[in-house]
Amino acid sequence: MSGSARIKDLAVSDNGFVFDPWTGSSFSLNDSGLCLLRGLQEGLGRAALAARLRERFEFRDGAGAPPADLERDVDEFVTLLRRNELLPTDAEVAP
Amino acid sequence: MRKDPEQLTVAVTGLNATDNPAPGVAVIRALRHDPRWRGRIVGLTYDALDSGAYAGGLVDDVFLIPYPSQGAEALEARLRYIHERVPLDVVMPTLDSELPGFIALEPVLSELGIGAFMPTAEQLELRSKVHLPELGAMTDLRVPATLVLSGPEALARIHQEMPYPFWIKGAFYGAARAANLHEAVRAYHDVVARWGLPVLAQADATGVEYDVAGVGDGRGGLVGAVPMRKTLLTDKGKGWAGVAVRDPALLEMTARFVAATRWRGPFELELIKDGDGGWQLLEINPRFPAWIYLSAGAGVNLPRAAMRLAAGAPVEPLGPPRAGTLFVRIALDQIADISDYEQLISRGELRNIEEEA
Repeated sequence: MSGSARIKDLAVSDNGFVFDPWTGSSFSLNDSGLCLLRGLQEGLGRAALAARLRERFEFRDGAGAPPADLERDVDEFVTLLRRNELLPTDAEVAP
Repeated sequence: MRKDPEQLTVAVTGLNATDNPAPGVAVIRALRHDPRWRGRIVGLTYDALDSGAYAGGLVDDVFLIPYPSQGAEALEARLRYIHERVPLDVVMPTLDSELPGFIALEPVLSELGIGAFMPTAEQLELRSKVHLPELGAMTDLRVPATLVLSGPEALARIHQEMPYPFWIKGAFYGAARAANLHEAVRAYHDVVARWGLPVLAQADATGVEYDVAGVGDGRGGLVGAVPMRKTLLTDKGKGWAGVAVRDPALLEMTARFVAATRWRGPFELELIKDGDGGWQLLEINPRFPAWIYLSAGAGVNLPRAAMRLAAGAPVEPLGPPRAGTLFVRIALDQIADISDYEQLISRGELRNIEEEA
């Protein structure tokens, strides 16, 4: 994805504490957010990120959520990163 | 033979350390931060109750010096006396108001063998807010619109050029935000009464403020710089906590400022980033900021670099600062004996201060 240098520069702790060294801002992530951010830092695309969520988290119905829902979650997370200037506004996640 | 730069006697001013502290104590802490340092620190202070004078383990000697309003001659006489008592190798002024006096005395300091690494008189004038638009054009940095006010009557029409709210500022000190004519007139008279003329009106710039402390080599090169974002402010708007950052844009703008002005010595840039990601240069301070100890913590010890340059010693290459290094200020009560105060107030000097037990 474009803007990957910037996202790789984020300092992320195992507790989900994120420090942006460019702006000095800090954030807290829950477990799924941490999973997605680590995946983005590795350069994973949308489908791979959704698959990782599916693999690492259990869903309420016990059968796992439909992949489309998980990809929407990925998109929402990326929007959140853009809104907090952790990703450039034109950054796109690979399919 | 040149003296070992780790064993210099360095005089530092600005020992006042209230909730709006002068930079002196932070500069001294940065000098002492390096384990190689074995020198002597002489505090130069204006008031016998300036906190840094009583900081055991920081200053070895303290001398009162005359206020800048007493002129360069009084300062020269006092520095000559101090130099006789404790031979100085380097002097590091840290306050805006005293810089013209120290700069004027640079030939005398040189004659006495005292090194100093300060901006030139021209650079000092250039950083005045009156010249901010000129400086903006010179460095290709955006600056807020600034108007020099011919008198308080100019405020009645100013909104035609500059919408409210805007800032009323002195050329070097003092700033108040004005949301209407009444506030603007009051701020104008307040600035005149406290800091004198000229008075400026400056457009309001909103966004996130970043500050960059640095040292210019006087030939257009940047010796080192530490950008910082304040994370906690006092009621006076002064940073009480902050974090070192490494936005490449900040370092690039700093390098551009230093290259265009060929800045010599310490400085601080105050910049603001608006919601669209655009930057504006708000102010230039011709000295280290009070938060400069952060630079030592972040691995870019700028006071040490400035001290070595003042002494004519080589400076180790300064890498980028460790982003994420925090400072969190503290206010604490120091214990001193009344005889220390008595010595300082009656004799104007306090020698061989021992570290507090």
